[in-house]
Amino acid sequence: MKLKPGAKITEPGSAEKYETGSWRAFKPVVDAGKCTGCGICWLYCPEPAIAKGKPARIDYRYCKGCGICAHECPFKAITMVEEERK
Amino acid sequence: MKQILTGNEAAAIAAKLARVKVISAYPITPQTTIVEKLAEFIANGEFDAEYIKVESEHSAMSACIGAAATGVRTYTATSSQGLMLMSEMLFVAAGLRLPIVMANVNRSLSAPLSIWCDQQDSMAVRDSGWVQLFCENNQEILDTSLQAFRVAEELLLPVMVCYDGYILSHTAEPVEVPEQAEVDGFIPPYNYPSPLDPEKPVTIGPVGVPEYYEETRYMLQRATRASQERIIKIGKEFKKRFGRGYGLIERYHSDDADIIMLTMGSLSSSVKDIVDRYRKRGEKIGLVQVRSFRPFPVGELIDALGHAKVVTILEKDISLGSAGGLFLDTAASFINVEPAPLMLNFICGLAGRDISPLQIREVVREAAKAADTGKVKHAVRWLGLREKLVGLEK
Repeated sequence: MKLKPGAKITEPGSAEKYETGSWRAFKPVVDAGKCTGCGICWLYCPEPAIAKGKPARIDYRYCKGCGICAHECPFKAITMVEEERK
Repeated sequence: MKQILTGNEAAAIAAKLARVKVISAYPITPQTTIVEKLAEFIANGEFDAEYIKVESEHSAMSACIGAAATGVRTYTATSSQGLMLMSEMLFVAAGLRLPIVMANVNRSLSAPLSIWCDQQDSMAVRDSGWVQLFCENNQEILDTSLQAFRVAEELLLPVMVCYDGYILSHTAEPVEVPEQAEVDGFIPPYNYPSPLDPEKPVTIGPVGVPEYYEETRYMLQRATRASQERIIKIGKEFKKRFGRGYGLIERYHSDDADIIMLTMGSLSSSVKDIVDRYRKRGEKIGLVQVRSFRPFPVGELIDALGHAKVVTILEKDISLGSAGGLFLDTAASFINVEPAPLMLNFICGLAGRDISPLQIREVVREAAKAADTGKVKHAVRWLGLREKLVGLEK
């Protein structure tokens, strides 16, 4: 990809190319045993980085680690654990 | 056809001849008569352009940014406090690479309040990414404005055409005004790449996260540096068509000069007159005039000044806490260059104070002293400072 003058973006879909997962300090981990697949986390995720299902699946390429899903989960099925990177 | 025009009339006529489509401006002395003239052209039905009235210069530049992004040729004009108020948007215009052309009629900055001429206003925004071209007389204002549209549109850079308030803006001189057809041959219809268009959406002004911002800055710097060659090339084409040509700098009796005075704007005319008198007596005094302050013509100045014993930089601005902006860039141009001339910086003519022939001779005498001794004790001096008023006189 080559930048255009003024960083103008002329094709759609650029947000998809920018993987914001690297921003994360804490990552949400879903406890499959507790998850009921209700979809509340999917509804609240601002990215969206969660796929609905039982259990819900987090897309770590885009998840910024905001923690809203863990906060909103009625079954306490999501915990935020410190991200470890090299 | 030759007409008697003020500098501001010359600027307004150039915008009309360039077939500008959108003008957004807010009146400020001494620029006001440019936008008054343009409003008059439009009101009289002589000129087909959209004139957007706004409540401030910040809005004027914002409207120009929006208009330019839709792909129309856009023009505005300002001075001094107006330029300061639009400064936030100046950086945006350059960062978005929008080829807006603007006249900045040079005027001092408050406080104290002053409406008179100096070059502190454009100097304060020298780092904004705008090309800054300076004019010596009213013919140059018209010619430079026309060339500015070509430079802006070919490189996607905003261009500021700077000239001295009152000394040029309100003073009438004979100006050769080209025919519309001649200008149409020189400035092609505006063709801006990927404009704002609902049929083909684009994102203008995305967030510049750390992974991308530095590269966009590098590209802007590369474009402004590359504009040097383009300014020269467009200047040559202009000369072929209209008979008048200007480069990045002008050399006046400087090739064999031991002492060279470096200037920008209308002061060059006064200094040329003094140079002529020295030359009549066989003294090797010369002038170099900087026409393109941004991009700064480093290579050309090394070539033009390198042989001199002393270069005196006369300028109507001061980077407070440091020195004059023209001096700073000239001195920096000679970094790692040997031998380099001695340099003396004279801050002068602030807020419209006259610079007299006697004072220019004083500059030459000081330069000669430095040439004789090979030393400069104080590099930055204030020409004509009334020492009693600041408590320096015993």
